[in-house]
Amino acid sequence: MKKHTESLLVYALLVVGAMVMLLPYAWMVSTSLKAQSEVFSYPPQWIPSTPMWQNYVEAWKAAPFPRYFVNSLFVAGLVTLGDLTTGSLAAFAFGRMRFPGRDALFTLYLASLMIPHQMTIIPSFLLLRNLSDIDPALGLDTYFALAAPFMASAFGVFMLRQSFMRIPNELEDAATLDGCGRLGFLTRVVLPLAQPSLAALALFAFQGNWNSYLWPLIVTNSDEMRTVQIGLRYFVGQEGGSQWGLLMAAAVFVSLPMIALYLFVQKTFTQGIANTGFK
Amino acid sequence: MKPRPWRDAVQGLAFLLPSLVILSLFTYYPVLNAAWLSLFRWRIMRGEPSFIGLANYGTLFESADFWQAIGNTIVFTVGSIPPGMALALFVALLLNRPLRGLPLFRAAFFIPTITSLVAVSVVWQWIYHPDVGLANAVLNALGLESVRWLNEPRSAMPALIILGIWRGLGYNVIIYLAGLQDIPAHLYEAARIDGANRWQLLRYITWPLLAPTSFFILIIAVINSFQSFTQVHVMTQGGPVGSTTVIVYYLYQQAFQQFNMGYGSAIAMVLFAIILVLTVIQFRLLGGKVQYQV
Repeated sequence: MKKHTESLLVYALLVVGAMVMLLPYAWMVSTSLKAQSEVFSYPPQWIPSTPMWQNYVEAWKAAPFPRYFVNSLFVAGLVTLGDLTTGSLAAFAFGRMRFPGRDALFTLYLASLMIPHQMTIIPSFLLLRNLSDIDPALGLDTYFALAAPFMASAFGVFMLRQSFMRIPNELEDAATLDGCGRLGFLTRVVLPLAQPSLAALALFAFQGNWNSYLWPLIVTNSDEMRTVQIGLRYFVGQEGGSQWGLLMAAAVFVSLPMIALYLFVQKTFTQGIANTGFK
Repeated sequence: MKPRPWRDAVQGLAFLLPSLVILSLFTYYPVLNAAWLSLFRWRIMRGEPSFIGLANYGTLFESADFWQAIGNTIVFTVGSIPPGMALALFVALLLNRPLRGLPLFRAAFFIPTITSLVAVSVVWQWIYHPDVGLANAVLNALGLESVRWLNEPRSAMPALIILGIWRGLGYNVIIYLAGLQDIPAHLYEAARIDGANRWQLLRYITWPLLAPTSFFILIIAVINSFQSFTQVHVMTQGGPVGSTTVIVYYLYQQAFQQFNMGYGSAIAMVLFAIILVLTVIQFRLLGGKVQYQV
């Protein structure tokens, strides 16, 4: 009997907690469907009298959101691909090769984890500003500027190195006997075996870059290059904090891709975080 | 096989080259360059840098704005982390049992963590609307007075702290859950046989065995907190009257609105020093003790 009341209490607490956590989302969706006249009614009504689906169309057209989405997708995709490629190569070198200087270099990579990204932004900005004198495509306000700094991460190297090191040496000996070089062994044996780690890293890289803000804020300057996050911020500035129906509609479509992705791959996400502590 | 050090070294470096180039350009070089730039007065729009030694640091440490930014960052950190961690532990303890609908609950707590901070900030800005916002509607329904939230120096930082706790909760819950699941069940059984009650199990088994987890969360949370920027830039622009200017926002203002690249670099060096100390503490303590042998 006591057991029963206890689990009821646990469920009650969890349901209330979950509702509090999701309340801002409900409020966002509710406002996104309200007519401008209803937005400012107080105390607030949760259910709009007639749902204004039109808000979504208007918000989508009020700023170049299609372009922002293409930019974000392209940059996040590029960063993910780059992170996986450079990370796999470095993880293989650190985890499965022996050469003079390896441990010193490994310490150098380890040290980069102590460097906050925010402290690198001024020199990186100035570097890109100088690069644009050589070739405008490598300068500020380009895809290169948005993606290049994040195409390698020490975190990714460590994460992959852990899983590469678990692969038994016998497999490498067999592959070598079969005439497989190191790159062949990496691509044909190691990468397929390390798929769960690669998937987790891909997810983190994509999500992190999709949501990144400070760097794209600094290096973009034109609507052609703005990412979704920066685009949303400009949309807020442009609407001056009055068209809340449109703003909430925009917030819905900006946050939806990550929420959907999370719901599809919940397990990879939570296990990846539990294993690595990555955020 | 005969060892061939030269060939091995060349191959190893070839594998490292892509990541090394990127890390060098955008991490190692910037650290050295920031240290160098911090010794110059350089208004980027107005001419060339001029060497001034450590004068930027002198100005920085005498600037009321800088100390306000440090103070605000500390208030934000202290205000959001302890309550956030306590809540996270409580939720993790609730979730750490066979539950119907566990993935649903976990998702509800975790979704704020992965949602874009810009979108979330816009939504909370609307929640904090001084006249018709949801936050005040809740307060009024409880018989409390409305608060002007982001529009007043007194309440703007608490508003950001509440948002911070809400957004960080899911991540901390996941880490705590992983920590809880690493505690061997036989310890609880043994203690129960010895007659320990629920509170004693929590106090003498769960809490001490979770110490490394708590410490990990604490350090990561403090480091993240010192790097906060997005919500400030979207919701308050550091105001009202500087009450939410945190250190990274101050850096951004100085470097990218005033274009003081030298002075901004000095701020970056201070931020670096703070994060470095925190990271070293983390390595020291987590590398050695705080781990209980079981």
